[in-house]
Amino acid sequence: MTKQVQQLDRVIIRFAGDSGDGMQLTGDRFTQETAAFGNDLSTLPNFPAEIRAPAGTLPGVSSFQLHFADHDILTPGDAPNVLVAMNPAALKANIGDLPRGADLIVNTDEFTKRALAKVGYAGNPVEDGSLSEYHVHALPLTSMTVTALADFDLSKKDAERAKNMFALGLLSWLYHRPTEGTIAFLEKKFGKKPEIMKANIAAFQAGWSFGETTEAFSVSYEIKPAEQKPGLYRNITGNVALSYGLVAAGVQSGLPIYLGSYPITPASDILHELSKHKRFGVRTFQAEDEIAAVGAALGASFGGSLGVTTTSGPGLALKSETIGLAVATELPLLVIDVQRAGPSTGLPTKTEQADLLQAMHGRNGEAPVPVIAPQSPSDCFDAALEAARIAVEYRTPVILLSDGYLANGSEPWQLPDVNALPKIEPGFAQADQEDFQPFKRDPETLARPWAIPGTPGLEHRIGGLEKADGSGNISYDPSNHDRMVRLRQAKVDGIANNIAPLAVDDPSGEAKVLVLGWGGTYGAISAAVRRIRKAGNNVAQAHLRHLNPFPANIAEVLRSYDKVILPEINLGQLALLLRGRYLVDVISYNQVRGLPFKAEELAGVIQDVIDSE
Amino acid sequence: MNGVNGHGGGTANGADTANGTGAANGTGRTALSLVPKTDQKQTLKDFKTDQEVRWCPGCGDYAILAAVQSFLPELGLRRENITFVSGIGCSSRFPYYMNTYGFHSIHGRAPAIATGLATSRPDLSVWVVTGDGDALSIGGNHLIHALRRNVNLKILLFNNRIYGLTKGQYSPTSEIGKITKSTPMGSLDAPFNPISLAIGAEGTFVARTIDSDRKHLQSVLREAAQHEGTALVEIYQNCNIFNDNAFEPLKDAEVRDDITIRLEHGKPITFGADQQKALRRTPGGSFEVVNVADVDPAEIAVHDAHNPDPSQAFALSRLDSPAFEHTPIGVFRNVDRPSYDQEMRAQMNEAVEQQGKGDLAALLGSGDTWRID
Repeated sequence: MTKQVQQLDRVIIRFAGDSGDGMQLTGDRFTQETAAFGNDLSTLPNFPAEIRAPAGTLPGVSSFQLHFADHDILTPGDAPNVLVAMNPAALKANIGDLPRGADLIVNTDEFTKRALAKVGYAGNPVEDGSLSEYHVHALPLTSMTVTALADFDLSKKDAERAKNMFALGLLSWLYHRPTEGTIAFLEKKFGKKPEIMKANIAAFQAGWSFGETTEAFSVSYEIKPAEQKPGLYRNITGNVALSYGLVAAGVQSGLPIYLGSYPITPASDILHELSKHKRFGVRTFQAEDEIAAVGAALGASFGGSLGVTTTSGPGLALKSETIGLAVATELPLLVIDVQRAGPSTGLPTKTEQADLLQAMHGRNGEAPVPVIAPQSPSDCFDAALEAARIAVEYRTPVILLSDGYLANGSEPWQLPDVNALPKIEPGFAQADQEDFQPFKRDPETLARPWAIPGTPGLEHRIGGLEKADGSGNISYDPSNHDRMVRLRQAKVDGIANNIAPLAVDDPSGEAKVLVLGWGGTYGAISAAVRRIRKAGNNVAQAHLRHLNPFPANIAEVLRSYDKVILPEINLGQLALLLRGRYLVDVISYNQVRGLPFKAEELAGVIQDVIDSE
Repeated sequence: MNGVNGHGGGTANGADTANGTGAANGTGRTALSLVPKTDQKQTLKDFKTDQEVRWCPGCGDYAILAAVQSFLPELGLRRENITFVSGIGCSSRFPYYMNTYGFHSIHGRAPAIATGLATSRPDLSVWVVTGDGDALSIGGNHLIHALRRNVNLKILLFNNRIYGLTKGQYSPTSEIGKITKSTPMGSLDAPFNPISLAIGAEGTFVARTIDSDRKHLQSVLREAAQHEGTALVEIYQNCNIFNDNAFEPLKDAEVRDDITIRLEHGKPITFGADQQKALRRTPGGSFEVVNVADVDPAEIAVHDAHNPDPSQAFALSRLDSPAFEHTPIGVFRNVDRPSYDQEMRAQMNEAVEQQGKGDLAALLGSGDTWRID
């Protein structure tokens, strides 16, 4: 049977199932195949905080969305074109996001009376016509998998567990994905369990063959590779990119990296990743709590390592006092906050940008800390290097604000030329100086000397008590305190002279409206801006990487436009800072749903502002 | 970049080549194996700073400071390779008065900060100075975890059984019923016994000494300094302003010999002005006081600080309850266990041996990659 092949320019697929169904793995494999094929892509994993919520329930649903295209794309997509629902709970939890006419693949084996009742379906939606506005492919995926594996020496349960690979095989056929990578992956993953390995490969291939032979699918789809700049690529998540950025910071500075960390979602993967890279001189220390984690990092920085701590919002709260000590002692320290929805425990696996004000102000006293935010998963690499550069060269703690969306999302990354990466100069204090003054500042950067234990002749004491300007001796003198507070502020403010100005993308030069963003909203804002321009309207876009200090030209940029729209996944935290500092009445657009913005919604918001001009 | 360069390379590679000598208990390694020695003769003066000491006149801290300053020269270490880290409290001002590197940090967090320093710098002798509130109240968590990990830290816990710097509230070692500013009707909290706590937290070196007995204090410091791993030294320290004479029975010439049990490894545990009293193990595992004259010498307990089983050391730690009936001082426990730092370096060395030194370009290009031409 020769089947029709249809060309598409982009597709959004969402795999959804029970937490135990292996949806994250399935999505990840499809992503790797897609990356290897050469499409541009962006992913959005979405999973519950519970490791195994009760099977078949709504809280237990885990999903993975993948957007891939034959052109450059920026977001994991607003709404899926294809939903794979492995059980009734997955259908119920996700059907609301599915636009009319979309493809829906359901695993009918799981649509039993009991499973349907568990999530409140009175009847079977696959049979009662309630899904009539979708292209429904009702397939017994579980039993087809079991049948395909009949010859294997496996329990029924083990055979059923391979159903995600059957689904992956089917989808791989449907979208012409290469299969070698997944087969190699399964061979490696189950190398020690050959029967399970063979069964998973067989299920994967059975899914593929089913697609080819069944009449349920008359069309398959081709999405041509995207045009990409020449070079070597890999797919990368934000947390891995950030980890690599830290390893690179160690290499580029010649400093050993010391990570003190306490496990917390969604930051733990950075600890896991860095613990594998000891041969780069990276030490990882899993501390007894968040406070000890940052304390050990600061102690290591005192000793001449680059101290790093990784956490999420609640952990950042616990680290505040030590960050204040790092401000007072003026030692390098990298604090990485992978933001999640708060307050308190909040939604541990969902994204948010609501720690900005905590990062800016969450300490006692006047305690300025540089704040940097990456804008995409792969950008976490560059942002980590930039944060390390500032921490080391200015002897200051730096807070890097990633978020759950960047951390777990992925995109293709063109590998940088390691020889072209920026060098970081630790510039340790030289031994045996006459009249060494531990708080005598560099006239240009206002950074103090970094004189580490083991350096003869520079023995000195530091601490959280106020220090006399220059000597660093304890000082209770009022005018000295006033001077030191201002000096510490001036040092951080002065970083603005040493960072890139805020770049504005305004191709027509005639835009009256500027859309400003920061951090992980870059993709959604950029996609929205493209839509506006495609529709023939002018709009300018700028995205902040440096939140403290702001780039030197920010006031000028803000005042160059009639209106400034600022979408944030919080209730207007950056807007508060900009209004307070620059008296610019930015228009805040806010959502706090634990999810990234949708490009279409943002485009609507921008269009409304343009129309109101 | 002077010696610093060497540090960057040396610690990043985790090089650990020195052979230990003179280990306290036969491990062939001491805490100071990797700390550079000086060929200059040092004296107490070398360890004094130009900073005015700001403790209250008569404070026990002065005696401890002088004891430490006059003890350090005998270690013969390069002064720049010694670091004192402290938390917050009266005792935690200690680093300002030591002409070494020093870090006066945050209330309770000194063991955590010192852990980062010690585990990244095997060439340093790292000392933590803390108090009963700092170590046992706000910083209790860090103390027990440093002990169980066996990080190469020498922790000097100045125990004065009161909060001094906040002007006289009861502390976690204050006796039940203590009348203080915050407990006008007497405190309700049962106190910690720091020695019992440290032994329970898997401490490998646990000792007690007294501010006023310089000779004893220095003998304990001597053993602690060489110990590979965490050494906890509780120092009974008098706060003459808010809790004066808290340890008077141990200082009063009339009674001190009758109640002070000086522990020495390998020796029968006897005490009293004429060594007329001794300890004997009870069938229940605790100790009882007997008259030497009344028992077979074989029944007198022999102190074994090196016993891996902590039960005897623990039983000894319980003898000062009720307070000052009998108070053992000296080294309760001193056993071999690889330090955390040493194990961490070993893993780093192993990673390099197995996989070679890190190559950044190879790391970035690991996993599935594809090339666009």
